[in-house]
Parts: sequence; C-alpha cells; structure tokens
Amino acid sequence: MAEAAARIGRPSREAVANAVLALALLAAPLIALQAGEPYYVNLSTRVAILAMAGVGLNLALGYGGMVSFGHAAFFGLGGYVAGIAAHHAFNYDLFMAWPVELEGTNQLLAIWPVALLVSGLAALLIGAFSLRTAGVQFIMITLAFAQMIYYFAISFPDYGGEDGLPIYTRNALPGLNTFDPLTFFLVAYGALMLAIGFTWVIMGARFGAALQAARMNETRLATTGIAPYPVKLTAFVLSGMITGLAGALFADLNGFVDPSMLSWHRSGEIMIFVILGGVGRLFGPVAGAALFVLMELFIGQWTEHWMLVLGLVLLTVVLFASGGLMGLLAGKPRHD
Amino acid sequence: MTYALVVEQALNGLQLGVTLFLMAAGLTLVFGVMGLINLAHGSLYMVGAFVCAWVAGATGSFWIGLLAGMAAAAAAGALIEIGVMRRLYARDHLDQVLATFALILVFAEGTRMIFGAQPLWLDMPAALSGSVTLPGGAPYPVYRLAIIGTGIAVAVGLYLLISRTRLGMRIRAGESDREMIGALGIDIRTLYTVVFALGAALAGLAGALVGALESVQIGMGEPVLILAFVVIVIGGIGSVKGALIGSVLVGVVDTMGRIGLPELFKLAMPASAATQFGASVASMAIYLLMAAILVVKPRGLFPVHG
Repeated sequence: MAEAAARIGRPSREAVANAVLALALLAAPLIALQAGEPYYVNLSTRVAILAMAGVGLNLALGYGGMVSFGHAAFFGLGGYVAGIAAHHAFNYDLFMAWPVELEGTNQLLAIWPVALLVSGLAALLIGAFSLRTAGVQFIMITLAFAQMIYYFAISFPDYGGEDGLPIYTRNALPGLNTFDPLTFFLVAYGALMLAIGFTWVIMGARFGAALQAARMNETRLATTGIAPYPVKLTAFVLSGMITGLAGALFADLNGFVDPSMLSWHRSGEIMIFVILGGVGRLFGPVAGAALFVLMELFIGQWTEHWMLVLGLVLLTVVLFASGGLMGLLAGKPRHD
Repeated sequence: MTYALVVEQALNGLQLGVTLFLMAAGLTLVFGVMGLINLAHGSLYMVGAFVCAWVAGATGSFWIGLLAGMAAAAAAGALIEIGVMRRLYARDHLDQVLATFALILVFAEGTRMIFGAQPLWLDMPAALSGSVTLPGGAPYPVYRLAIIGTGIAVAVGLYLLISRTRLGMRIRAGESDREMIGALGIDIRTLYTVVFALGAALAGLAGALVGALESVQIGMGEPVLILAFVVIVIGGIGSVKGALIGSVLVGVVDTMGRIGLPELFKLAMPASAATQFGASVASMAIYLLMAAILVVKPRGLFPVHG
C-alpha cells in the first residue's frame, strides 16, 4: 500500500505520461473533427473501448497475476447483452415469459447494469473453477471456458448463431444523442476514465495491497491472516465486469455482435493491449490499445498481411523489450 | 438411436480421440520436459497438413506427402525451438503465451502468403478409401480405422521410447531434474530441440491425417489445439498416460454427446427444441466434463509430481 500511496503522492514520470495519454485520447477526435476527418472519431472511440477491455484484464493479469486467456468471454457476453436487448426491443417481443415477463430495451441505463451483472456472474463461475488451479493450467482453463461460451453462441440459433445479431439503431441514453459520433466517444471515454479511476481507487486501498501480495506470494499473504482465494476471485469478477461493460459499448459502436467477440483471438488481442502497454500499469492498456489500433490502421494500409507484422512486433516486444510502452515512456515501475 | 449408429459414433469418437492424442502428447511432453506452454502447436499441425497436401498433389502419392508433412512440421518445430522457444524457458508463462500467440499470427499469415487463402484438398490414399461393414450392418470408412490404428501404434511407440530407450531415459530425467542431467554431461539443448521436434512431428502427422478428412485451411489447427488443452488439463499436465486417457475421454464424450444429448432431451421436450437445445449443450459437454474433473482433481487425473 505504501508504494501505491507513494505513486499517488508526488507527480512521477508515470503520472505525467498518464495525463498526456488521457489528454491525447480526448484531443484526437476533436482534432479529427476540426480537420474534417470524422472517420477518426469512431477510431478514437474504438481505442477507448478496447482500452477499457484491457483495463479490466489488467486488474486480473497485471495486478493480480492471474493470466486469463479467456477475457473475450466477458467482452462477448457484454456485447450479447446489448445485442439481445436491442433485438427484442426492435421486434417488440419478450426475452422471457417465465417466471417474470422481461421485454427487450434500447435504454443503455438498463442494458449496462445487466451487462455488468451477466459478465460478473460468468466471471464468478469461471473464476471459481479456474482459481482452483494456477500457472499454466489457469491459462488453459480460462481459455477452455471462453471457448465453451463461443461454441454455445455459434450453435445456438435463436440469437443469430454464427452470423450474430445486428443492432439496427444504436441504444439510447436519456438526454443524449448517441448517434452523434463525438457524443458516443465521450460516453466511451467517460466509461474508460471511470474504469481507470476505479482501478486506481481499489489498488490504493487495502484490497489492492492484498491483491498485489497474492500475486507476489500467496503463502505470505495467508500467514498474515488473509485468505488469497476470495481476494483473487473478487478481483477476477471485477475484472470480468469491466471487460463486459466494454463489450456492451463495443457492440453499440459496431452496430452488431457476433461470436468473433467471444473468440480466443479476441482474448489474445485484449492480452496484447495489456502487454504492449505495460503489465500492471494504470494507463498501460490505453497506450497498448492506441498502439494496436494505429498499427492496424497504418500497417493495414500498407500490406494486407498486417497480422504478420503484428506477430513479429509482438514477438520482438516479448523477447527483447519487456515493460511495454509505459516502460519506455515512464521507466520501470517502482515495485517488484 | 440404433445399435449401428452407436458403434459408428463410438468409432468416430475414438478417431477424434487418437487425433487429439497425437496433438496432446507433444504439448504435454514439451510442458513436462521444458516447462513451456506452446500455443503454436496448432500451427505445426497446420504446417503438416499443408505440406502433405501440397507434396501429395505434386507427386501424386499420399504417402510421400505424409512423410514430407511430418518432416516439415518437425523442421519447423526445431527451427522455432532454436530461434524463439529457447529464450522462453526461463520466462514466466505469460511471456510464453504471448510469444507463441505471436508465432500463430506469423504462421497463419506466412501460410496465407505461400499457399494463398483458398483451402487445399488432400485425397486419401486409394488403398484406404474403401469401407468395411461394422457389426450392426453400417459401413465404416477404412481410412478412419487406419487413423485409429496409427494413433494406437504411436501411443505404444511413445511408451516404448520413453520407458525403454536411452533418449526416453533422458526425457524422464529432464522432467524430474534439469540441472542434474546437465551436470551429468548430457547436452540438454540438443535434448530440448529433439523433444520439441518429436512433438512437432506428431502434430504434423495428425494434421496430415485429418487433412484428408477435412479441408486443409488456415486456422485448422486452432480448434484442435484448444481441445488438446482440455485433454491435458483433464489428464494432468506433463503426463503422457494422462494425455492418452484424456484424449479418448474427450473424443468419445464429444462425439457421443452430439448424438446422445438431443435424444435425451427429447424425453422431456418437443423434438425440434430438443434437437436444437441438445446440440447447443453438446457443444459444451467436454468443458463441463473438464470442470467436473477439476472439482474432484484440480491437477488432473494423473498429476505429475514436482
């Protein structure tokens, strides 16, 4: 906790880098609008949402040391909540008739809590089983559970199966026009900043100290009288919920949801945001997601084989440049 | 559900099981000896299938293609072991996951650049393209029986290799104490390359064999890789025996679930709903099996000590 407090206390290089990243992401769509390039507004929204998915994973992976290879499950479930709610609202039919009658809705203030609830419950179930193991088994099991949900989504035809579900009109917020790209960007940006703020608050609290201790040495944590399992499970659930909410936003941004949101490539991508940015760094996922989207854009214009370039860049970062982008911008972290 | 259908599906399950074993054996050996988690194992499966299809197409002989596919997978395996994996043994699992995920991207795009985006077709050899009559009267393709036979032969061969030969002794020694066998004068770097290439050759063999049943395409290794992960989690990571039993269990449960569960649900709900719901649940059956086994044995059925 002392180290977290120290980081909060004085403006470190990392704090400056964080502020620059936050402002740059906010400025990007405004500059794009000024320059008459509205395409880049949606691109900025994409960065904000993907970064938020990474912020969720970072809580489990970076701070808690739980290498989840299944976070696409939560991302996709959040997306499907938005898609299914909009689907029933569009068709004026019921989601379920028993035991209570539930209609669809296009109100984000109703959709988001449900997305948080569904992804949180899924994370509770997956985490409860997966955290019985550690290390390489944990990686494989989280991957396997995410695949289970992926295959279910593909084989269950009511919600589009392999084709997915369209969201014909973007879900709404009272008093705001979510169709306006800049408004929707600000919604996504606000959600991202809330998620980062939430991470910052809990990592500065006793819970955060316990979580970091669970990552470094579970036995020592246990000898101080704190059971590691509930701490890690709580962090895993919170992590899944943040990524789930990002998924709901992502579905609305794209106007559809399909099983690829649940695929293991997506899990790998979310992991890449965290690693490219810097594991366990507050703004790491923002830096990572921005770099990823920019690489996708610019290398994608230059060659259709941009995944090859991404693979080689990732390989180089892992083999020779651990610490990620935040490591370059703000130096080594002060702990471990 | 007739008797003939059950026999047929049980054999299909066994065939899926031995295919998974060919994949899982390499994964679990590499993890047991080097402590490495290799996501790119599915790419080696794909390399085996592509090279087999290409060489078989060029030479007209499935058998030359099969050998070429295995050799190419082994060579690709040795290459990535020397170029990449070697730097990862001392790293944590996160670095291993990311580096091997990066390799998947490189292999997939590399294959697309070399062979194009269209799937390749691989014909099964004429000698194995007939069918036999099963007890119960249903015809069954000889080729699938040959795959089952190959899988059993590989399992026996691996058992003999590991328990009876000098190389096997070194592999077992490498699993229990890396520093010690280095201190005894054994070239551990070569041993690692050999083990990795052996696992890669088995993955290539699996890919080439399955390539004649399904189309040879980019990404074909990924579903198999994930099933192989489920297998080694169930069997116990590092245990070849666990990989064998886990493979057959997963293969049979998956295949039988797909025909059995819809029938089971028909007892309680209308036929069309039962078919649909049963198929959806069946796609999750092996993962539920994995979860159930983990509740009882968190380290798998045959946990490896250490």
